[in-house]
Amino acid sequence: MSRVFLHGWGAVSPAGWGVEALHQALLEGTPLPVHPLVRPGRAQPLPVRRVPAFSPRPAFLAHPRLRRTSPITHFAVAAAIEALGSDAARVATGELRLGIIFCAFAGCVSYSRRFYDETLRDPATASPLVFPETVFNAPASHLAAYFGSTAVNYTLVGDQGEFVKALALAADWLLTRRVNGCLVVGSEESDWLSADALRLVAPSIITAEGAGAVYLRSDPGPVELVAVTEPQLFTQNRGPREALRQTRAQLDGVLGADFLLVTSEHDSQLVPDPLATSDWLHRAKQRITPAPVLGEGLGAGSAWQAVAASVALRDGEAAEAVIEVVGSNEQAVAAVLRRA
Amino acid sequence: MLFPLPPRPAVSPRVVVTGVGIVTPLGLGWSVNAEGFRTGRRAFRPVSVFDASRQRTQVAGEVDLPAALPATGLGFRQQLRLERAARMLLLAAHEAWTQAGWTATDDPLPLVLGTTSGGMSLEQDYYRQAISTRPSDRQQITRLTHYQVQRQALNLADAFGFHGPVTIIANACASGANALGQAFELVRSGRATRAFAGGYDGLSQLVFAGFDSLQALSPTTCRPFDAKRDGLALGEGAAMLCLETLASAQARGAEILGEITGYGTATDVHHLTQPQPQGDAALAAMTAACANARVIPADIGYVNAHGTGTPANDGAEAQAITRWAGARATTLPVSSTKAGIGHLLGAAGAVEAVACLMALRGQWLPPQLHLETPDPACSFPLVRVPQSASFEYALTNSFGFGGANASLVLRRFA
Repeated sequence: MSRVFLHGWGAVSPAGWGVEALHQALLEGTPLPVHPLVRPGRAQPLPVRRVPAFSPRPAFLAHPRLRRTSPITHFAVAAAIEALGSDAARVATGELRLGIIFCAFAGCVSYSRRFYDETLRDPATASPLVFPETVFNAPASHLAAYFGSTAVNYTLVGDQGEFVKALALAADWLLTRRVNGCLVVGSEESDWLSADALRLVAPSIITAEGAGAVYLRSDPGPVELVAVTEPQLFTQNRGPREALRQTRAQLDGVLGADFLLVTSEHDSQLVPDPLATSDWLHRAKQRITPAPVLGEGLGAGSAWQAVAASVALRDGEAAEAVIEVVGSNEQAVAAVLRRA
Repeated sequence: MLFPLPPRPAVSPRVVVTGVGIVTPLGLGWSVNAEGFRTGRRAFRPVSVFDASRQRTQVAGEVDLPAALPATGLGFRQQLRLERAARMLLLAAHEAWTQAGWTATDDPLPLVLGTTSGGMSLEQDYYRQAISTRPSDRQQITRLTHYQVQRQALNLADAFGFHGPVTIIANACASGANALGQAFELVRSGRATRAFAGGYDGLSQLVFAGFDSLQALSPTTCRPFDAKRDGLALGEGAAMLCLETLASAQARGAEILGEITGYGTATDVHHLTQPQPQGDAALAAMTAACANARVIPADIGYVNAHGTGTPANDGAEAQAITRWAGARATTLPVSSTKAGIGHLLGAAGAVEAVACLMALRGQWLPPQLHLETPDPACSFPLVRVPQSASFEYALTNSFGFGGANASLVLRRFA
């Protein structure tokens, strides 16, 4: 047993709650509306793409653990529920040992800002209800509590490449039988603090919020995880361009005749590029870059790429897909999915 | 490629430790920390890195950082940009790397780090400037870049000239143990010959105020497992370990400091910040770690408990140890080193694993400080005074917010 398959996927994005909303938005290709986010002390608001307010209120928010949570957890749980589908019921009964890998870049920024704001005003009165929700692994903990999963649970922090690496970690847990199902979730929430930070380093990029999730098992499913490259770090001696070149070089000989290339915001910015030298790149049948439509979703953005690729494979739009991520400040990495 | 996975070796290699670096409130380096843990030295003082005057308690385990950092591949400007936690991480990494005698190679070297807050002090500076009455972007990009945990990981790659997959685990107070456990799994499964792993965290106002808001900080003295315990004490620090296969270490003629033989995890879904009172997840983590190491509680000669000093944690952990150890509980020495250095959060699991390696190597047991009346739930003997011992295995527990539970089994190398 050495194969791993994607059995489900879920998404919450500025296009709406659910995979089909994301899929339709990418098919239409029109950038979604931008909303102004007020930043204290500055006249100019920050443009962001937000998740539409839910209506009606999702039933899962009645769970006792989710009542005081912030949007990052709402998005993560909604995407995970969609990805897990009917297998959710098997977790609580103990029939399914569910691993959870939660990936974040900015993380629980809204409650962190709120708590630190309270601390600066008077640390003696900062809210004990807010602080626990500032911790990076709070969303992963809520996912475990919601599904009743007591198995291994990691929160991974890094740039957009984390989600792709997490697919390989999930495969490892499945193939070593630590778990018999694994959720990989990327989620982020909008806040003026993170939107302003992105403005500083990449003024042309519009921040987005939401989540994406995929559910993996080792028994055959609709989409197979074929490969995850060795991540190429951005170091003193290797910038994003060279990291992308080395990432692409690892896929020489891996890909078939035609495939879908799903790219991230940053590798789009490196195009047109002198890097189109890998012998497989010219064979890309089509290319999707979710970010111009949805916005830069950070940890959720690469999850949306994986969801977009999975839907395209499911629908027969391609036989193979490459998820290629050039992260903001850490690494380049890619994964190959194939229609099973 | 990270996937497909390489074939697993027919016989899993033994995973040994050939380098250790440690920075705690006790001091910098193996010798001072080993002596501090062995004798039960206490290292708390009034908080100086931020204004704690409005908190319920004003003490913590602070690290005295040296004026200069060791020479590495980082340039002068890069060194200048390192904030407190990143400096501790670099110091620990340098000691471990040097002790192991590792050099940069073309082979990927996995780096696995655990932290809860990375460069939080810079993040706080960033925020204060962002909300000031005269907001300015001056130096904000530098703060933004360098508070992120991936930057601190990349600093290590630049400092020592290696490359490879970086994994940063933020599982609250179990992060450091998870990082070591993940690195251990990478080497034992044959996916890497070597791995560089550990944990780090610096004191920060936000986190200190957070624990204080929960009334989790002791207003008196941190007394793990004491019947009158009233909370934890925070500390800061870092520990890094060089892990490699036994064959690799022996081929290099490296000195072997100890061995990691087991790792177990479990998730407690009881509450976001409170453990399930019977310690079910802690029991599951200890049981899994021992199964992984192929040992039974009777083989374990010392347990370095998570032992934060909060009523809820120590009560649940005492229950879990009692249930896990069974008949062995009545003779199994247990202590928590947090009474001497505080709770180092994301660094705790790695630092306490190092304390176990030191104890195994020196054949002594770290004493439990400030213990007057043991909690009746403790069916096991707490190590009240510094003492020698003869033992082969130690187990260390790390439990965190969000229900992250991790245990490691370490072995004396002989």
